Amino acid sequence: MTDPLAGGRPLTSETVPQATVAPGAGASAPSAPAARPARQPSETVSRRREVIHFALRGRKILVGAGVLLVLLVIAVAGPFLRPGDPNAFVGPLGAPPSAEYWFGTTTFGQDVFAQFASGLTATFLVGLTGGGIAAFIGMTVGFVAGYRGGVVDDVLNMITNVILVIPTLALLLVVTAYLSARGLFVEAIFIGLTSWPWAARAIRAQTFSLKTREFVDLARISGASSWRVIFREIAPNMSSYLFLTFILLFGGSILIAASLDFIGLGPTEGTSLGLMMYNAVAWSALQLGMWWWFIPPGIGITAIVGALYVMNVGLDEIFNPRLRES
Amino acid sequence: MTLQITDLRVYYRTLAGDVRALDGVTFGLADGEIMGLAGESGCGKSTLGNSLVRIDGRMKYVAGTVTLDGATLPISDNDQMDEFRFTEVSIIPQYAMSAMNPTRKIGRMVGDLLESRGVKFGDMRGELERRLDLVGLGADVLDRYPIELSGGMKQRMVMVLSTLMNPSLLIADEITSALDVTSQRAVAETLVEFRERGFVKAMIVITHDVSILYQIADTLTIMYAGKLAEKAPTRVITDEPRHPYTRLLVSSLPEVGVRFEDRRLTGIPGTPPSLLGPPSGCRFRERCPLAFAKCAQEPPFVEIGPDHSVACWKAD
Amino acid sequence: MLQLEGVSKVYRVGAFGGTNLTAVRDVTFSVRTGEVVSLIGESGSGKSTIGKMMLRLLRASEGSITFDGTNIAGLDGEALRSYYRNVQGVFQDPFSSYNPVFKVDHIFDLIRGTYFRDADDVEWSHKVEASLDDVALDPAQVLHKYPHQLSGGQLQRLLVARALLLDTRFLVADEIISMLDASTRIDVLNLLGDLKRRGLGILFITHDLSLGNYISEKTVILSRGRIVEMGTTEKVYGNPLHPYTRTLMSSVPQLHRTWREVDADLAATGADAAGRCVYHAAHPEADGDGAGRIPTGLVETEEGHLVGCFRPYLEGAC
Repeated sequence: MTDPLAGGRPLTSETVPQATVAPGAGASAPSAPAARPARQPSETVSRRREVIHFALRGRKILVGAGVLLVLLVIAVAGPFLRPGDPNAFVGPLGAPPSAEYWFGTTTFGQDVFAQFASGLTATFLVGLTGGGIAAFIGMTVGFVAGYRGGVVDDVLNMITNVILVIPTLALLLVVTAYLSARGLFVEAIFIGLTSWPWAARAIRAQTFSLKTREFVDLARISGASSWRVIFREIAPNMSSYLFLTFILLFGGSILIAASLDFIGLGPTEGTSLGLMMYNAVAWSALQLGMWWWFIPPGIGITAIVGALYVMNVGLDEIFNPRLRES
Repeated sequence: MTLQITDLRVYYRTLAGDVRALDGVTFGLADGEIMGLAGESGCGKSTLGNSLVRIDGRMKYVAGTVTLDGATLPISDNDQMDEFRFTEVSIIPQYAMSAMNPTRKIGRMVGDLLESRGVKFGDMRGELERRLDLVGLGADVLDRYPIELSGGMKQRMVMVLSTLMNPSLLIADEITSALDVTSQRAVAETLVEFRERGFVKAMIVITHDVSILYQIADTLTIMYAGKLAEKAPTRVITDEPRHPYTRLLVSSLPEVGVRFEDRRLTGIPGTPPSLLGPPSGCRFRERCPLAFAKCAQEPPFVEIGPDHSVACWKAD
Repeated sequence: MLQLEGVSKVYRVGAFGGTNLTAVRDVTFSVRTGEVVSLIGESGSGKSTIGKMMLRLLRASEGSITFDGTNIAGLDGEALRSYYRNVQGVFQDPFSSYNPVFKVDHIFDLIRGTYFRDADDVEWSHKVEASLDDVALDPAQVLHKYPHQLSGGQLQRLLVARALLLDTRFLVADEIISMLDASTRIDVLNLLGDLKRRGLGILFITHDLSLGNYISEKTVILSRGRIVEMGTTEKVYGNPLHPYTRTLMSSVPQLHRTWREVDADLAATGADAAGRCVYHAAHPEADGDGAGRIPTGLVETEEGHLVGCFRPYLEGAC
């Protein structure tokens, strides 16, 4: 019970007198340590400093963030480099990459680079919106179900399971039948409304475990209301987990959007990386050897999602010291 | 068997520097001796226990030698230590009851362990069942999962496991802390039983609870801030302690019979020094009621009586 | 001041809540002003559950808990906040009691946010410093620090200081010593003794018998949710009657007394009671209870000393 130098659940790695040690899957809350000696403030390394130290050193994070940054710059700079409608017919038909058209042109003479840059913007927006909506719903459902328990939990669980089980593709087909003209945001909303269940489950589980911690009891006997307890006491302890969840939802949304676009269920106007690939396949780019049409969007999607997931792993290592290869 | 530890230093690597958790410890253990190792949190007792078995990634072996039966224990080399673990030196780690794989039957786990030591499970089965019987667990426990056992039962299971290969030295790290009071007595008495039956030759029992050590230990060693403060036969430590820290520690324990209204006990004011940059001289100086000028110089751990060593200038 | 009457707590567990788990069974006792009552039991005895029910963190399934005559089950909102002005708690794990994301001052801010919204900063810091003084802590050493920068003893004392910011008249101290070192334990215990002198009623929940003896007036021994023995501390410790109490007494490791010596002493006292069930002698009809449930009533063997049914700790008790 009295583990000398531990800051968390006792394992040999935790007998180090560190500032804080964070156990638990992804949660950043230290738990159940025992009596420890007091230390002078100068000796303890604050948790933030520790996080930043590892963040700047983590290769995975740097690589992931770097890739995302590059793509973001392209997305933002695109309209300035190649102004005008990306779907306009501007160049020679089906031309390979050249000095003027860095990514060549499509069968119809559209600038692939302009489409790529615009598509990146669309992809980021879908990720943010779809991921954001899913995160919001997932967190609300997760927190309420986890904190309240009982009947409320049972009902929310049922809803979560229903959404989880609904075949989203079939649902989407029905939706497209009714909405003949669809924009990017409709797609994002749809993704947001259907991809939150796993996040809600995970957050509920974390909330359950944090709810039993004594500082929650202390807040309750200090007269704090339930919402105050959830947002001021529980959520900050899961901040890293919530952050990681958002990153995964962001990446997931992009992937789902790209897949939907690719099979033709995407927005009916505008561009996106998935749409580019859809068009490329529809117009036999592969058979015609026009690699410059489908390879950039493919790499683009892979790069964004891959970078996000790699960053996620890297961040998880920071927030959860036990995963660090020291 | 004899254990001799000479000037052992093991530090922890942290972002802020080296924490000198174990800073020069020297003592010996005789055949059949149960030595209690006590002290407050952070004094280095767990570090001492763990370093004799496995120095993990966070720990750093700095100096010192450990000899067991004349042979040097290669504690700084994890691979070489492998042949000594379980057969010569064994540990019942803190929270050992959580150390059993929850998804495997206990019998399978024991089998794996024995196989890793090159012993067939079948050969040991008889002895294993005898020992389980000795600690009050039936042989059927081998067919159960850890979750089906109570805390005390799990602890006893781990004790049997750790001593199955009859190690010369057993280190028990806070094995009673997480147990109920009734299980504590059973577990503590089992330790003594192991020694009586010759399963283990000598033991180091690490705990903060001096009262339990009073019941089962032959000698007591008190540690403070990474160094040894006093080592003596148990009765001597509890009845005639010489080190001021030991004295304060013993007098701060509420025994049954003492009441607040009659005699108000006092604790030890202050806190232990930081081991990141420990002070020079005697480490107890800041909190010691007897501190004087010479304490600026670190007192050596010297023998002042039969089997009684103290690190204090005022001890004699 | 605080009275429990026939309090039980039943949990529904298992798939679809089919099985019932009784954590606390028909518990009745009270705590007066300026009195420390030790609630002693091992893990699973229900002692923490009782503490939580007193703090309204859990609701009693049966029975009533009254504070100054008012049943606390009906309290909500403003009335509940009012209750917390008088009744507070300190929990076992000092490191778990503090939200690791915030500095320790957060626990004071929580109180301020609910009860002292109108206090200005100067007034508030005076109040905080006064409470810290009461628990012998130096504000400069403990304020504006993170929990991991302080020791367990300091953290526990801060929690007591927090309770003192309010007009606490009753404190639930749930195993507050068990995670502390020997040298700090006594400081916190002495603090409780001082509070007792000031008139606070304290429920001291522990598994360590020697601590209970040090500061409490009354002792309640709990086993598997029911009270097995209860009375003034002198009587319970001096003449333990129930076999469970006697087992506890014989297992507690004491300094300067070996287990064998304690066993011998125990065998000498209450030797006549050890073999037969005192409860059954007073309630012979308790035998043959078809459901096999152990009766929860207590019988008074001498003034200020009550004992419950000896089953299942004594074979053939009835």
